[in-house]
Amino acid sequence: MRYLVSVIDDGAGLATPTEEADIDVFNDRLRAEGHWVFAGGLGSPDPATVIDNRVGEAVFTDGPFLESKEYLAGFWIIEAPDLDVALKLAAEGSKRCNRKVEVRPFLS
Amino acid sequence: MTVIDVREAITQAHRDEWARVVAAMTRRFGDLDIAEEAAAEAFATAVGRWPADGVPHNPGAWLTTTANRKAIDRIRRENKRGGKQKEARMLYDDDPPDSLGAIDDERLRLIFTCCHPALAMETRVALTLRMVGGLTVPEIARAFLVRETAMGQRITRAKAKIKAARIPYQVPSAEDLPARVSGVLAVLFLVFNEGYLATGPDTDPVRHDLTAEAIRLTRLIRALMPEDGEVAGLLALMLLTEARRIARVSASGELVPLGEQDRGTWDAALVAEGHRLVRERLAAGMAPGRYQILAASTPCTPPPVTYATPTGRRSLPSTTSSSVSTPRRSSPSTGPSRSPSLTARRWHWPPSTVSRTRWPCITPTMRPAPTC
Repeated sequence: MRYLVSVIDDGAGLATPTEEADIDVFNDRLRAEGHWVFAGGLGSPDPATVIDNRVGEAVFTDGPFLESKEYLAGFWIIEAPDLDVALKLAAEGSKRCNRKVEVRPFLS
Repeated sequence: MTVIDVREAITQAHRDEWARVVAAMTRRFGDLDIAEEAAAEAFATAVGRWPADGVPHNPGAWLTTTANRKAIDRIRRENKRGGKQKEARMLYDDDPPDSLGAIDDERLRLIFTCCHPALAMETRVALTLRMVGGLTVPEIARAFLVRETAMGQRITRAKAKIKAARIPYQVPSAEDLPARVSGVLAVLFLVFNEGYLATGPDTDPVRHDLTAEAIRLTRLIRALMPEDGEVAGLLALMLLTEARRIARVSASGELVPLGEQDRGTWDAALVAEGHRLVRERLAAGMAPGRYQILAASTPCTPPPVTYATPTGRRSLPSTTSSSVSTPRRSSPSTGPSRSPSLTARRWHWPPSTVSRTRWPCITPTMRPAPTC
């Protein structure tokens, strides 16, 4: 089963070199234990562009679709047999990246 | 067998077998929703059939077989609307049970699933009362003063989360067990506390249905995990507190402070059982947890006769706000004449903190030990 582990940033900004090193160690563990699917870091949402092409012509809007103090600063997609395993990994991920994280299951 | 006998047999079977049937169905079909519905249907069938056919020799086996059949019927119905996986699983589920780590009982898996830390505390309480305790949704809604629809949604949402997020149906590993047991005990203590000092503005000050259910579930955990000191401690604490139930409320519905209680009405059997558990934990010689400490300091000191006639002049410190309460002796300076009787209303939380849409009882912190 796949889970999305979202990293929530509430104003800490980009990861420090120490945090980055810790994240690398954690990523290595995810790979070694077969949990790794994908991961990526995101900057602040300022450069985001919103596209709405549901009706007629595509409309491009500058800025994130949701203005909020907390934003998605990165994510892991992990493979885990159940929520207990996913929560343990996410708890370590939170410690390593020094930020709150949220776990959500993918639709199976 | 009379109609009353059959009704009693059904009530007894519900008390003894509900959790086992739900647990067995969850294990077999991997779905709490199916398990709950099948168990409920099996009991409904028993109500219809037992008066005519007689109570089966082994009610638990009868109920499990019937629930199994009901679950298969439901899955077949659903399969007609598409999706064959469940039927396939149902037909070929011959796997031996997973290795369970420390303890092996289906009901324990159920309890740990219902008390999973990824669920909100109020959800854990509701789910435990429904799935393990067998209370109906209206009963749970009434107990916690929320609308039935709201309670129904809360339980439905919890079952959906367990399924979608794949909260495992298992007893935690030995490494995680202490923390998870402590979470289960917190749920049971909240149920007990809500009964012990009901928070609703219009409820009785003491809700025996809830305290009894909490004790019953704690007894179940105790039977499943007899070695766990905190489980014994919580059971002792509940028993010693429950022993004073009748003495705690006056004929006019007012709560009676400890010092004014008629100790002759304390339930001696419960006191004895509670003391036995406390002694057992003391003899174990292990560092006690909070429930064991609370149980050991619960004010249940014999004998009742000497207490009823106040002669002592020594007054022990009042500890109404302390986490450990001390038995108080009535005396000219501290006796009933000086202690205003506390009305039920005064013992409830102030109206501002009581909301009909929230559960005021659900806080992770412990209330001070009872002084009445």
